[in-house]
Amino acid sequence: MITVTDARKTYGDFVALDDVSLEIPAGSLTALLGPSGSGKSTLLRSIAGLEDLDGGNVRIDGEDVTHQPPQHRGIGFVFQHYAAFKHMTVRDNVAFGLTIRRRPKAEVARKVDDLLEIVGLDGFQHRYPAQLSGGQRQRMALARALAVDPQVLLLDEPFGALDAKVRADLRRWLRRLHDEVHVTTVLVTHDQEEALDVADRIAVLNKGRIEQVGDPVSLYERPENDFVMSFLGAVSRLGDRLVRPHDIVLERDHATAASRQAAEGAVGPLVAARVDRVVRLGFEVRIELTADDGERFVAQVTRAEAERRRYTAGEDVVAWALRSEEPVGAGPVA
Amino acid sequence: MSTTTQPVGAPPSPAPPSAAPARASSQGGRRRRGGPGGRALGLGVVGLWLSLMVLLPLAALTVRSFDDGLSGFWAAVTAPAALAALEVTLGVSVVVALVNAVMGTLVAWVLVRDEFPGQRVVNALIDLPFALPTIVASIVLLSLYGPNSPIGVHLNATRWGLGVALAFVTLPFVVRSVQPVLIELDREVEEAAASLGASNTTIFRRVVLPSLAPAVISGTGLAFARAVGEYGSVVLIGGNIPRETQVVSQYIQQQIEIDSPAAAAAVSVALLSVSFLTLFVLRVWATLSQRREASTA
Ligand SMILES: Nc1ncnc2c1ncn2[C@@H]1O[C@H](COP(=O)(O)OP(=O)(O)O)[C@@H](O)[C@H]1O
Ligand SMILES: [Mg+2]
Repeated sequence: MITVTDARKTYGDFVALDDVSLEIPAGSLTALLGPSGSGKSTLLRSIAGLEDLDGGNVRIDGEDVTHQPPQHRGIGFVFQHYAAFKHMTVRDNVAFGLTIRRRPKAEVARKVDDLLEIVGLDGFQHRYPAQLSGGQRQRMALARALAVDPQVLLLDEPFGALDAKVRADLRRWLRRLHDEVHVTTVLVTHDQEEALDVADRIAVLNKGRIEQVGDPVSLYERPENDFVMSFLGAVSRLGDRLVRPHDIVLERDHATAASRQAAEGAVGPLVAARVDRVVRLGFEVRIELTADDGERFVAQVTRAEAERRRYTAGEDVVAWALRSEEPVGAGPVA
Repeated sequence: MSTTTQPVGAPPSPAPPSAAPARASSQGGRRRRGGPGGRALGLGVVGLWLSLMVLLPLAALTVRSFDDGLSGFWAAVTAPAALAALEVTLGVSVVVALVNAVMGTLVAWVLVRDEFPGQRVVNALIDLPFALPTIVASIVLLSLYGPNSPIGVHLNATRWGLGVALAFVTLPFVVRSVQPVLIELDREVEEAAASLGASNTTIFRRVVLPSLAPAVISGTGLAFARAVGEYGSVVLIGGNIPRETQVVSQYIQQQIEIDSPAAAAAVSVALLSVSFLTLFVLRVWATLSQRREASTA
């Protein structure tokens, strides 16, 4: 378990971490999610000891490591740009943490071979990092970090330098790896899809503060504020509320809308709007609308729903949302 | 935690080794752009320039050195005074080059990694030995370490004096070749080593030094070559004592003064051969240690 208490980090007048407190349960895969510059890397590097805090403390498995150098924190760290030892072979890269600990040769060889098999780099032992693809290099870096049996594994945008396809493959693979190895893992990402896909807990950061912590479903379904709402997925503004586009229902007239809304037990405004465009995106259909107050918004419906209703451009509809309990800007949703 | 030995499902399929990395293909594109005509012209100009500037004088020198035939060449090179000068020159130059390798790397390290007041000034000072006429260096060193030394250190006409003079003029080579590499070095690689438990000395020895090695080697080679051929800075402080502090350049000067240009040329060729061989070996070494990093399948 990692416990960060009142972590503070400033660069001159700029506050990179504003008294951040966070608990990361043992064995979890927690994502630190936030826009670029929100302090994710600073927080992760502070946990690793690569950054000194100006205030607060960090505990790993109960031990206060705030003033320990990274060497003594029992961590594994994976960097966005691999940080490979370019002059060493894949084997020597992975073995590094063990050889500097002067472990017996046979033990090192066995462990390295095991790890290379786990990360799927069997047979690449004698290559140099320059001879690997980006995805392979990152898997090598992961094996290197795991070789020293870290108490916690820290990953700073580990897939950020890879193309979309490899990125999606690797993060699912990381999830499976975590399910087998169970090491407490913290993953930094600015990609909400990645966080939702791979993590079992997400901490949303914004401007050096933590906005909300929770499991992916509760963050997506019950965001505590507009920032978390907009950062975790697409949003449309309906009247005075932010709603998910797929929660919007379109009816032909006001009366039908009102009765269906009441039947669903939903509250919120009924917004008269005109359909501007209907875009078919495979399984889903995106409907672009303009409300009668001029606000443009997007609704997302399933293909079946679209077929049934036959929305067409220029049509007048009344929109309401399945979930929109609180007006925009109001406090947390209960 | 403990790592298990079972592979975790099928890892994402690795890119086939034959798929050339983007870097290699972009290089290929760059190479093609010149076109055959431009390339031939470029090669021609470079070839001509190098011939005029380097090969032709060297060839003339070599021809000259055999003016008195092979036996004359051999006699000139193996004359006791010539051998002694060669020995003094090479010996002191090797020591100076090695000192430079260590101190130059250290200076570069401090200039890049540390922050201290006056850093820019110090950084600019490094190049002064390049700009200063070497005879001025000799005068300065003589007044500092000569018979009237204000600090009580007398190096005049000793090999220490030679060494100090040569170290002065060769100072910039290692510093200036290591500095840019050090600036470009990825700090995260060192952080990765630290996270794996490596101490600062281990990080330097196992991670930083291998990356600096090509630059250190080539800087050291240049410093050595410069030291071997140096004349101006050792003229006054060296003392020109045959078999003691007389360096090859001074011996050659002496041969010219006693009107024996063939002997001067012969000793020059011998010195050049040693220097060339040293530089060649160092270059191959530096290239080999560099190639591993840059190599692509
Ligand atoms: N060494 C530094 N000096 C000054 N500002 C820094 C430094 N490191 C980070 N920052 C600032 O701190 C903020 C948070 O940085 P970082 O933690 O890297 O953000 P993230 O990883 O979320 O993109 C950024 O605005 C960045 O500019
Ligand atoms: Mg970052």
